[in-house]
Amino acid sequence: MFADFIPLFVIIAIALGLALTLLAAASWIGPKRPNKIKRTPYESGMDPIGSARERYSVKFYLVAMIFIVFDVEVVFMYPWAVSFHDFIDAGLVATVGVMTVVGLFVGILTLGLVYDIKKGGLEFD
Amino acid sequence: MDLSGAFTAMWADLPAIFSMLIVGAAGLVVILMEAFQNRDPRIPWLTAGAFGLAMGWEAFQLGTAPDTAFFEQLRTGGYAAYINLLILGAGLFTTLVSPPYLRRLNRNFGEVYALLLFATVGMIMLGTSNTLISVFVGLETMSVCLYIMAGLLREDEGGIESGFKYFVLGAFSTGFLLYGIALMYGTTGTMHLPEMAGAFPDGVPLLFWAGVGLVIVGFGFKVSAAPFHMWTPDVYQGAPTTLTGYMSTASKASAFAALILILFFALPSAQASLVLAVLALITMAVGNVMALRQANVKRMLAYSSIAHAGYMFVALASGTTAGYSGALFYLLVYTVMNLGAFGVLALLEWDGMAGRKQTLSSLAGMGLERPVLGASMAVFMFSLIGFPPFGGFIGKYYIFAPAVSAGLTWLVIIGLLFSAMSGYYYLRVIYVLYMQTAADVAEADRAPEGGFAQPAWLSTAAVALCAVLLLVLGVAFSGVVDVTEMLFIQADAMAQTP
Amino acid sequence: MEVALDWYLALSAVMFTIGVFGVLLKRNAIVILMCVELMLNSANVALVGFSQSLADPTGQILVFFSIAVAAAEAAIGLAIVIAIFRKKRTVNINDIHLFKH
Repeated sequence: MFADFIPLFVIIAIALGLALTLLAAASWIGPKRPNKIKRTPYESGMDPIGSARERYSVKFYLVAMIFIVFDVEVVFMYPWAVSFHDFIDAGLVATVGVMTVVGLFVGILTLGLVYDIKKGGLEFD
Repeated sequence: MDLSGAFTAMWADLPAIFSMLIVGAAGLVVILMEAFQNRDPRIPWLTAGAFGLAMGWEAFQLGTAPDTAFFEQLRTGGYAAYINLLILGAGLFTTLVSPPYLRRLNRNFGEVYALLLFATVGMIMLGTSNTLISVFVGLETMSVCLYIMAGLLREDEGGIESGFKYFVLGAFSTGFLLYGIALMYGTTGTMHLPEMAGAFPDGVPLLFWAGVGLVIVGFGFKVSAAPFHMWTPDVYQGAPTTLTGYMSTASKASAFAALILILFFALPSAQASLVLAVLALITMAVGNVMALRQANVKRMLAYSSIAHAGYMFVALASGTTAGYSGALFYLLVYTVMNLGAFGVLALLEWDGMAGRKQTLSSLAGMGLERPVLGASMAVFMFSLIGFPPFGGFIGKYYIFAPAVSAGLTWLVIIGLLFSAMSGYYYLRVIYVLYMQTAADVAEADRAPEGGFAQPAWLSTAAVALCAVLLLVLGVAFSGVVDVTEMLFIQADAMAQTP
Repeated sequence: MEVALDWYLALSAVMFTIGVFGVLLKRNAIVILMCVELMLNSANVALVGFSQSLADPTGQILVFFSIAVAAAEAAIGLAIVIAIFRKKRTVNINDIHLFKH
């Protein structure tokens, strides 16, 4: 079983190695002539004001919460997707049945989304 | 498995979960109505209609033989119908009492009713579960909705704290429950409760008992059994009063129903008896002793509900069919009297602060000023003590008698002593209601003139109905007791035939 | 390469213990939330391990449900913590206790 994954490990090693080599090469070969202007965060923009560690707006949390729920509900579609061929093979009743069940599930989720949009959960300001 | 046949069987099982479908669909409709029109006035009526319809359906299922549905996930038949009727009735009562109360707090959101409906779906699933999967899913559907309901008054410090405490301790207990389920599943190799008892022909492994212990801890949190009761007073006090009534009755009823199913079907023998007896002893002691020194009526009722969970554990500890059926009967009585008591409290609440200043003295003289509510409250208090003409007395009899026959006389004597003690704090409420007037109490505790809600006739009628029901249960109890006993005789027969 | 059931159970027991002690000892509401999730996930590890050693998929089905439930609980927990933060400007649970015992 371990042997099956050797190509994967090789790809990971190559990708890592290439990335590290390029980074090292860039810092070694590239010219370095720093001055005061170049060291500012935005070379041709305005100087930043205040700390960069500002608090995020609570709005982000709201979107995050909605995301968590809808994101994880998709977990129930994996078994459906994986076993869908078995249902098709089992005939029309099974196919229609499983589609109805998944349709109901997605439909109920959509109702939640409609509620969320109507209540302004996705408005960002 | 024959997949086509599976779907045909599934459609055929749909009538078995009629009330879940109706209540759940009503919840979705309510959510949509609320989305398109804030605080649509039709929402409470729709909710009440869904509960009523489902109750009517379940009433006809009471006599049916026990069976399972959805590949043995859920139980149907008499036991399920009895529990469902109880839960749906609590939901209907809450829907009738809530609108005037929530309107006064300016919190009459449609979401409250949607959550009520969704929580009820979870409770039905929990109370009728036949596998550990439906136990978990049902319990969580119920709990997640209740967390939000407990924290409904989020601008109020007590309200949000109530929600937070309930959430943290509820989620904590869910962890225990799920781990216990994992251990029970791992040792028996099945999630089906009836198959578990037969999984060990030679000796029960320790890991299984560890799983059972964790599951009992998880349920102990949910039904607020000591020493897992710490959240109860704070949560009950901070939540909106009508919803507190719902939390303290319906959720306990379904959790106890599921616990009975687990003890009855899944355990090889009544070996958990001693653990349950100790749990009962601690719970009765904590509930009754702490209730003595509460000046806040809502907190007092919270500790009283802990004490009543203790009485229920006495019945479970007896481990006999009679004990379980007594517990079922007591659940009914407890639900009626506790719902009623919280309902009266909600209608008498005067400060609009979610009961944070719900002092006992603020009720002074209310018995004469609001005669229907006062008389109902008196009935509930007498019934909670276990006074003869009311349902509470009969309920206590059917809980303590099986425990005596099971050899737990010591526990019953202690239980009787504690319920005698409880007379003090329940009677104090009646004393304040009738023997004191507003002039007798401190200025700060006095109810302000004209501070009461408009007389809400529907809510008052619902409360009065509870009081009448308690009287009926106290006199004509034999019919109900016959039903609860028959449920277990049928279930017994079903467990015997594999 | 088969991993023995004991290892899954040991891992899940360690995770569960960390979760329990985290909930009991930590004072930050967000960290408590994470510890609760850890407890649920430890049970998931145990369930999957049992499911594999029993060659029975039921345990994995419960894991699906428990993942979904954990997400719903996390969302509600976050919402409650945000509401507390708006009210109190803190998420330290020592500052939250209001009711007297």
